[in-house]
Amino acid sequence: MNDLTPTREQRSAALEGMGCKRKRVEDIRFTQGKGNYVDDVKLPGMLHGDFVRSPHPHARVKKIDDSEALKVPGVLAVITAETLKTVNLAWMPTLAGDVQMVLADGKVLFQNQEVAFVVATDRYAADDGINKVIVEYEPLPPLVDPFKSMDADAPVLREDLVGKTTGAHGPRKHHNHIFEWTVGDKELTDAAFKKAEVTIKEMISYHRTHPSPLETCQCVCSFDKIKGELTIYGTFQAPHVIRTVVSLIAKLPEQKIHVIAPDIGGGFGNKVGAYPGYICAAVASIVTGKPVKWVEDRIENLTATSFARDYHMTTEIAATKDGKVTGLRVHVLADHGAFDACADPSKWPAGFFNIVTGSYDFPTAHLAVDGVYTNKAPGGVAYRCSFRVTEAAYCIERAMDILAQKLNMDPAELRLKNFIKPEQFPYHSALGWEYDSGDYHTAMRKMMETTGYAALRKEQAEKRAAFKRGETREIMGLGVSFFTEIVGAGPSKNCDILGIAMFDSCEIRMHPTGAGIARMGTKSQGQGHETTWAQIIATEIGIPADNIMVEEGNTDTAPYGLGTYGSRSTPVAGAAIAMAARKIKAKAQMIAAYKLEVHEDDLEFDIDGFRVKGLPEKFMSMKDICWAAYNSVPPGMEPGLEAVSYYDPPNMTYPFGAYLCVMDIDVDTGVYKVRRFYALDDCGTRINPMIIEGQVHGGLTEAFAIAMGQEIRYDEVGNVVTGSFMDFFMPTAVETPHWETDFTVTPSPHHPIGAKGVGESPNVGGVPAFSNAVNDAFSFLGATHIQMPHDYWRNWKAAKDLGAVA
Amino acid sequence: MIPGSFSYHRPASVADAVKLLSDLGDDARPLAGGHSLVPMMKLRLATPAHLVDLHGIATLKGIRRDGSNLVIGAMTTQHELLASDDIAQSMPILHEAALLIADPQVRYRGTIGGNVANGDPGNDMPALMMTAGATYRLEGAGGARDVAAADFYQGAYFTALEPGEILTAVSIPVPAAGHGYAYEKLKRKVGDYATAAAAVVLTMSGGKVATCSIGLTNVHETPLLATDAAKAVIGTSLDAATLKKAAAAAEAIMAPAADARGPVEYRKHVGGIMVTRALQRAAAKAK
Amino acid sequence: MAKTHVTMKVNGAEVEGLVEPRTLLVHFIRENLQMTGTHIGCETTHCGACTVDIDGMSVKSCTMFAVQAQGSDITTIEGMANADGTLSALQEGFRMMHGLQCGFCTPGMIMRAHRLLKENPSPSEQEIRMGISGNICRCTGYQNIVKAIQYAAAKINGVEFKEAAE
Repeated sequence: MNDLTPTREQRSAALEGMGCKRKRVEDIRFTQGKGNYVDDVKLPGMLHGDFVRSPHPHARVKKIDDSEALKVPGVLAVITAETLKTVNLAWMPTLAGDVQMVLADGKVLFQNQEVAFVVATDRYAADDGINKVIVEYEPLPPLVDPFKSMDADAPVLREDLVGKTTGAHGPRKHHNHIFEWTVGDKELTDAAFKKAEVTIKEMISYHRTHPSPLETCQCVCSFDKIKGELTIYGTFQAPHVIRTVVSLIAKLPEQKIHVIAPDIGGGFGNKVGAYPGYICAAVASIVTGKPVKWVEDRIENLTATSFARDYHMTTEIAATKDGKVTGLRVHVLADHGAFDACADPSKWPAGFFNIVTGSYDFPTAHLAVDGVYTNKAPGGVAYRCSFRVTEAAYCIERAMDILAQKLNMDPAELRLKNFIKPEQFPYHSALGWEYDSGDYHTAMRKMMETTGYAALRKEQAEKRAAFKRGETREIMGLGVSFFTEIVGAGPSKNCDILGIAMFDSCEIRMHPTGAGIARMGTKSQGQGHETTWAQIIATEIGIPADNIMVEEGNTDTAPYGLGTYGSRSTPVAGAAIAMAARKIKAKAQMIAAYKLEVHEDDLEFDIDGFRVKGLPEKFMSMKDICWAAYNSVPPGMEPGLEAVSYYDPPNMTYPFGAYLCVMDIDVDTGVYKVRRFYALDDCGTRINPMIIEGQVHGGLTEAFAIAMGQEIRYDEVGNVVTGSFMDFFMPTAVETPHWETDFTVTPSPHHPIGAKGVGESPNVGGVPAFSNAVNDAFSFLGATHIQMPHDYWRNWKAAKDLGAVA
Repeated sequence: MIPGSFSYHRPASVADAVKLLSDLGDDARPLAGGHSLVPMMKLRLATPAHLVDLHGIATLKGIRRDGSNLVIGAMTTQHELLASDDIAQSMPILHEAALLIADPQVRYRGTIGGNVANGDPGNDMPALMMTAGATYRLEGAGGARDVAAADFYQGAYFTALEPGEILTAVSIPVPAAGHGYAYEKLKRKVGDYATAAAAVVLTMSGGKVATCSIGLTNVHETPLLATDAAKAVIGTSLDAATLKKAAAAAEAIMAPAADARGPVEYRKHVGGIMVTRALQRAAAKAK
Repeated sequence: MAKTHVTMKVNGAEVEGLVEPRTLLVHFIRENLQMTGTHIGCETTHCGACTVDIDGMSVKSCTMFAVQAQGSDITTIEGMANADGTLSALQEGFRMMHGLQCGFCTPGMIMRAHRLLKENPSPSEQEIRMGISGNICRCTGYQNIVKAIQYAAAKINGVEFKEAAE
């Protein structure tokens, strides 16, 4: 008998709760091709829409002739800005307080801008139709270089803003200026620079790139004329926000809009915003009375929906001779393209870029960001990062290396010298953030010990000597990166989207048999929420994770949430889950006390049920409590066992990590080889180590791609030249390095389970590690800063410019 | 990205294919593996009214010996080239280069005929064929003719193929036993065209280069035979000065376009390095 | 454009349909046959999400016309589970080794790995990386996909699977 009684360890393991490498629930369907992605949605009578796009980066639209297109078999309608004006939808608001053309209204402002929407019986006919729409353009001079955008004679891009001297974020200095955002103490910072013993200054660019998930943006809109209801299936990272936006701009009652985000094939920030395709498909459905599908192709995805980065950061550090930083001054020129469609919390025109002081104890700092318009695609999404945090981390991590070089110090030593110390947490940064927790020295030293950092530096010194003797043509670089992220947007005191506070939510409903469903305001795009959210509940209330179904993405059933991006799901929704679970647990405790005939205070929670303190045999399992909740609750208590939590976080969370990249570069061809990459991440409490490791692998791979070649590039006349996976660097298994992962655990003190978020850390920390490795490799030849991306030809050019190649 | 409409034809013989192509004229295109043509059609950069699919013609497949030549049917896929023991042993450079073409899925469909016939300067096989001294068999309404690979390429996508003709086979003289070979290709990633690539086939005698042939991929609007570079190494032991001379001679005939792979100067420089490395590796392999 | 009647075998069953000559095989599979496990990711033959197995070859079905598949024998991801409905070794490997995240590349990746293991039952890590280089994954960084395929190879070969030390 006793042999069959499970041990505490066995009972705990049976829950598959937090800390367990639980295998994913989602994989059962995904490995069998039974996922349900948007393009898999087929509705009776469904039509297809496709865009006519502009070949010009800047041109006046003189005439749109759809007569031949309408003769194409299967083509039913051609929608233009004129059509949309009849429903007041030719323009739409952006999340950044700007407006954006849905279809070209008089002008086009970037190549591949949406000009007309052809609606047809199937996608083949729609494609035939777009090839028959004749658009007459009058080309205008394109503005490509952001540094020329505010020249006196720069062309006027946004005629709708002529005469408007104030934008959503304050005064505009020029007709192509969007905003200036300043943070920090200018006087104090200028003073620090005046008396600095050492300063560095460098213009550090983070090139334009693109999140490019493998599934593009797509939707199916279905308007029911009788009920007046609009159902939208779409690739939405934030379905509730989409519902509210659609309600506000289409003037439809919000209860009559049903937004469903089914399985999503990766997001990485690409699927946060609202795009013209969604509006056009919705209008087309309203006009035709039939469901309309819009599926973006890869060229459209890369060239029209949501670039990332494009920040040009002039960075200065003041320091003492012995390497103590005394001030940071950064000016950013931010290229936003034709419309400011940044997906940032509304009050943050440059996101959380003011995390740019990084992991270091800067006594003072000042930051100014100028956003400008150019003839490029709109966007500015957080590509696997929390709102411009990647840009900030790259800026400071590159600058710290430049300072180390100037001081002739080891970059790791310089960092150790300037880290915020463990006893300084919670730490108030010079640019206004309160870092929750960290132990940077421990993480850095662990990285250095595990990788044999000192030995690698020694090897590098030997290789450099050999290079100088002409014995090798290969140079070696060590890229150190120590990042601090800011994730979990965010507290209602400073974060909202279009006025909606950035809380998140969870509703848990336990069924009589001890099973349950959890519904969330978040939306997984591959993060494995169906698996991990159930693990939190399992640990919190003692019901096996397998018995909890997690449901996301249906706005009719899910509680309102702000969605999944910016590594906010675990910090915000993860907390909401724990809080909702604790409400369940509190009620369960009352039921157990009643059934066990003791006072609640005499009960203690024990893995999977409540036990009477001091009487271990008096125990009631959560499973039994669930049953009791439906038939024998204490007098006066409502039956049932469910709870909802809307969690407004008191603060952000601040994950951090120490990365090292070891790279060898052949100076004659510029070909590099990542010999080794080590990533130590501290994301606080670890919910599922298997999934964390997977997230880190994926984020590092994206960081590798970005740093080493992944670029959205325009030629000097505004043609985008990287529109397919041939030229937009998308590494395969062959190019992708091997990843070594490691961790420390410094829980967040304010988060209910101490977790911080991890999905984006590897991208934030990875990019500077790669770039620092390249720069470090060339530094002994005299390089201070080589701009990304570090593809082969640019590495060769660096070597040539430094005289290392004839 | 949907192709325009077309009529589909699947002839069972070369004669039928040739007749179709000559009857249908400029509106018709032969379809081999399709991995160049179909993406162009999806972008509507190619809008043929008729496609003549060559997959139904059994005689266009296969690898056989004809005296001292290897004859490869045009519809033989890269995957089949890789699976051939005869090629691996007697023409190993072909094996080496085929492995560097695109990716596994594309190699199952991509054919040697398509690769050499469509005139894309980015394709790898043409320079290799020139290096190996191959001949192409072209068949049209007026009969069959043989054209040396070295005479076939006239410009980007312009070849010696006359309207209505199809390339039915390549014939490659088997290189001498003990020859050295190398195909050096620098590319940004799997699936990319070469930033620059060089093919070398040589023989050594007494530690010196006896014969040598060098081909270049994607550094000009056509594949190139670097004859001066090859001449420069004959009779040498490939010392540093000779290698430098050969690379310079090869660079002198390169005229690549600047593209996302790099500026002209870089692509030429890398072309020279590919020549150097291919020569060194080929020499090391020669017996 | 007149439609053509095509017949082929898909996952062991004879199927037929009327298609335009220009109908891409991937659309025939997804739209006509309503098997939506085969995905479209790039449309330019780079990403491999549309990979299916045709007559013993891994083929990107976005770059082939349905009419060209006349009479062929096709396996898609829907045909990969064991006869009893359980996950096959590869499917299990992907799940056990966390070889997928968003799942969008997974069907193409599994179909490619299936043919790879048929041709090379015990591939090295480098052979696996080369073997799946026609498939792009945006989520995993490939490392766990390599492990998933090694897991499946071991299971198919009846040997114990040991993860390589980091």
